[in-house]
Amino acid sequence: MSNLLDVTDLAVSFRTRSGLIRAVDGVSFSIAEREILGIVGESGSGKSLTVLAILDLINDPNVVIAGSIRFKGTELIGQKPGVLRRLRGGAIAMIFQDPMTALTPVFTIGAQIAEQIRIHTELSRHAARSRAVDLLDAVGLPDPARAAARYPQELSGGQRQRAVIAMALSCNPALLLADEPTTALDVTVQAQILELIRKLRDDFNSAVILITHNLGVVAETADRVAVMYSGRIVESASTTALFADPHHPYTWGLLGSMPALDGIRRPRLATIQGLPPALNRRPPGCAFSPRCAFVRPACINARPPLTGTEHQVACIIPAPERATARTQALAA
Amino acid sequence: MSDATNPLVTDIAPPAPGYWATAGRKLIRDRAAIVSLAVLIIIALLCAAAPWYAQHIARTDPFQSNLSGTVIRHGKTVEVLAAANNPLHLGIEPIGPSWRLGPYMLGADDQGRDVAARLLYGGRNSLIISFISAGICLGLAAITGILSGYFGGWTDRIISWLLDALWAFPVFLLAISLSVVLIAHGIDIGPIRLDASSLALPITIIGIIYVPYVARPVRGLVIGLRQSEYVLAAIGIGGPAWRILWFDILPNVISSLVVFAPLIVALDLLTEAALSFLSIGVQPPAASWGTIIENGESLIYTRPIVAIAPGIAIVITVLALNILGDGLRDALDPRAKLRN
Amino acid sequence: MAATILRRLIHMIAVLFGISVLVFLIFFATPGANPADRIAGKNASPQTIARVEKEFGLNRPLPVQYVIMMKKLFISRNLTSFVNLGEKVVPQVFKAAPITLSLVSGAAVIWIVFAIVIGALAAAFRNGWVDRTLMVLSLIGISMPVFWVATMANLITQGVWHHTWLFSWVPPLGYVDFTASPLGWFKALIIPWITLAILYIGLYARVLRAALIETMQEDFIRTARAKGLTERQVLLRHALRCSLVSVVTLFGLDFGVLVGGGALLTEVVFGLQGVGYLTYQALETLDLPMIMATVIYASVFVVVSNAVVDIVYAAFDPRMRLRR
Repeated sequence: MSNLLDVTDLAVSFRTRSGLIRAVDGVSFSIAEREILGIVGESGSGKSLTVLAILDLINDPNVVIAGSIRFKGTELIGQKPGVLRRLRGGAIAMIFQDPMTALTPVFTIGAQIAEQIRIHTELSRHAARSRAVDLLDAVGLPDPARAAARYPQELSGGQRQRAVIAMALSCNPALLLADEPTTALDVTVQAQILELIRKLRDDFNSAVILITHNLGVVAETADRVAVMYSGRIVESASTTALFADPHHPYTWGLLGSMPALDGIRRPRLATIQGLPPALNRRPPGCAFSPRCAFVRPACINARPPLTGTEHQVACIIPAPERATARTQALAA
Repeated sequence: MSDATNPLVTDIAPPAPGYWATAGRKLIRDRAAIVSLAVLIIIALLCAAAPWYAQHIARTDPFQSNLSGTVIRHGKTVEVLAAANNPLHLGIEPIGPSWRLGPYMLGADDQGRDVAARLLYGGRNSLIISFISAGICLGLAAITGILSGYFGGWTDRIISWLLDALWAFPVFLLAISLSVVLIAHGIDIGPIRLDASSLALPITIIGIIYVPYVARPVRGLVIGLRQSEYVLAAIGIGGPAWRILWFDILPNVISSLVVFAPLIVALDLLTEAALSFLSIGVQPPAASWGTIIENGESLIYTRPIVAIAPGIAIVITVLALNILGDGLRDALDPRAKLRN
Repeated sequence: MAATILRRLIHMIAVLFGISVLVFLIFFATPGANPADRIAGKNASPQTIARVEKEFGLNRPLPVQYVIMMKKLFISRNLTSFVNLGEKVVPQVFKAAPITLSLVSGAAVIWIVFAIVIGALAAAFRNGWVDRTLMVLSLIGISMPVFWVATMANLITQGVWHHTWLFSWVPPLGYVDFTASPLGWFKALIIPWITLAILYIGLYARVLRAALIETMQEDFIRTARAKGLTERQVLLRHALRCSLVSVVTLFGLDFGVLVGGGALLTEVVFGLQGVGYLTYQALETLDLPMIMATVIYASVFVVVSNAVVDIVYAAFDPRMRLRR
């Protein structure tokens, strides 16, 4: 089966006075049609930049993007602006973190959705409007006709995020990029929105890249997970595999800092000592090595490659020793 | 402590040590601002040298009409005020510019006075008026803005109402009303006596009219500071009001005032010129750039230089002040805005 | 919305009252000279001064004087000029108003159009040479005294180049009524329009550029890009619409001030006999009743147009509606 999107060796760097800073440092992943991929990492791990790079939406004159991003076989890096623009909002749509600020305050919800529909289709103004109302209905906004005539700030956060999702879905995107779609919302609303995203895959046949710093969100929603640290993917596996048998010490740390909702409650949540390295002072070897409890001399100098097929990991701890180390880490 | 959650409030902090040094370094890197500053200093020095110029280079008294004088030009003796070169010899034609240092470098005006010397004297008055009135304006604005912002309550209500009324009043008409009432008779309140012919009158008027422009932003700033955590903390440990005002509030206000200062000087300079142009500013025989332009208007088709020269002087000065203001704003407080 | 309008109207009346008191105090209670002397004008006879004293009730307490004055201005409208021998002041103001309105509205159209174009261009090409050139020009525009620009415009279009093909169409200074000749009206006003507009083009272009650049950093701009809009559509549709608010506020203030007599200098230099010109003539003769009338009417205009702008603003920007 051919992949919908293939990202190979993606690097996002910024030109600064002290030289080029690599914020995303050689990231590779793929996503199949109708697949939901979760990308997990702390703030600053480069997860947002990775998805923004797909549509060339990083609004910084000093950004340099290298590597390869192939969407349905077409290379997107270095692509003509016109081609990218037609993809944006059409075949690839995006949902942003903060629904409060993601909509233009001076236009009604309906007008903003209709605007996107009219960019990508030949629909008349009127038809676009009624499609906007249908979409608002589809994402579960009560009284969609009224909601369409409202301004963004007249809706609650959850309603707005639904409107943003309706807008993203308006042109039946093959790929939906969701950048922390639930972070700014109340917990109860979060669950509804995640449920909605899952349902969308069934109703609209979209593949989804879901960015989050919350492993719980991933566990509920994603088919596959990629864990990012300091601009690199350190582990990538199916959701079940990752939670059942996490390979990378950083993933252990993430899991350890997550309160268990069921199963054995740990006496206290583990924390990962220290802070991620500054992007311009990343160690030459494994980026996690300064914080890793299992660091070895070999970790310091050479960057461990991402190995494996189904369950990939960038760590040199041999498989047999992994289980003991993990028990040790999670017990700590 | 609901304010603690307001990010707008909590990110206000007193200028850290080295604040001014950092701002100074930023300003020095701003080439346009530094060039403007240099231009302003040169203009001020030239204007300060007006008496010397009149005595040693122009060798005339720029306040005396010279209706029948002569001057040597290209080895020939020429009348300063010649009859106009039209068939009926109606009107007069002042001598034109020689374009080299010496008497009548920029020609004469309709009274036969040396335009270049008057330009310097006029500039001296224009600069004196605009700088002093800007000082008055900033001082008054700081006092009213701080009082009404810090103490709130009735103090604030009364001051705000006054500022609102003054604000809604077209600045220009306010200046005209004040000038026209005062210009004929001067003002006489107890020990304060302002003579109509002294510069003090336009200085006072121009100094007052822009107070709301500065006082309102200062008030807003002080209200923000008043609710900031460090001021609340200072009040909490029982600091006396004067101490808080002096050490915690004033330093912030001053950095805003520094940003506004060149802009207010520029506004004052333009206002002075306009009032003088309407003959309700600087009174003859004293000159300012505005009065010289008014003078030059009647000669505009014969000797346009009389009106052009002071205008260019104003444009250069105001432009330099505006660029300096932009530079100071970038260096000190990128968010500062006049007029809101 | 109705509550907003009501509150704004009450505020407006309070400010108007404040201004009228302020003007009254300036003219009647400034220490230094007897107000009767001032009102009667230069070299008035003792009889005239006595008549002024009686007519304005100057021997009665200040509040009574204030009421008399306001009655003369707004109710009986029979305030007379003592310098121009009994000329009624208020009708003159109304006769001059259309000229000022013609001047200011035309200039406003020019400055709004140019400011938006320049501001948007500068923001679109920010930090490039287009931006820098436009901003330097704008800065020069706001640094020039308007009466000097007007004088220079006259020098060029009426003097130096009047006989070349460029400006031979420029009519002599003065106003041509629109009903008499629309083309004549246009020709007579185009140079004054541009002159008056220059300052505001510079001012508004700078304000708009700053607002646009700030808006372009907002999250919703990224959403607009992610929708597939072109950069131009993002700027002109989403960013401009949000940034225009800052310009609309300014416009209300400035338009009011100009119609109220702020265009005085332009009117004087171009010989347009509008409200500002009346004030100017009154200044020459120190005709205080006339100045008082123009000042009060001007401030009424300014305050009313500010209130109107605030209300329009609330309708224009849905953000404001919710905030109240």
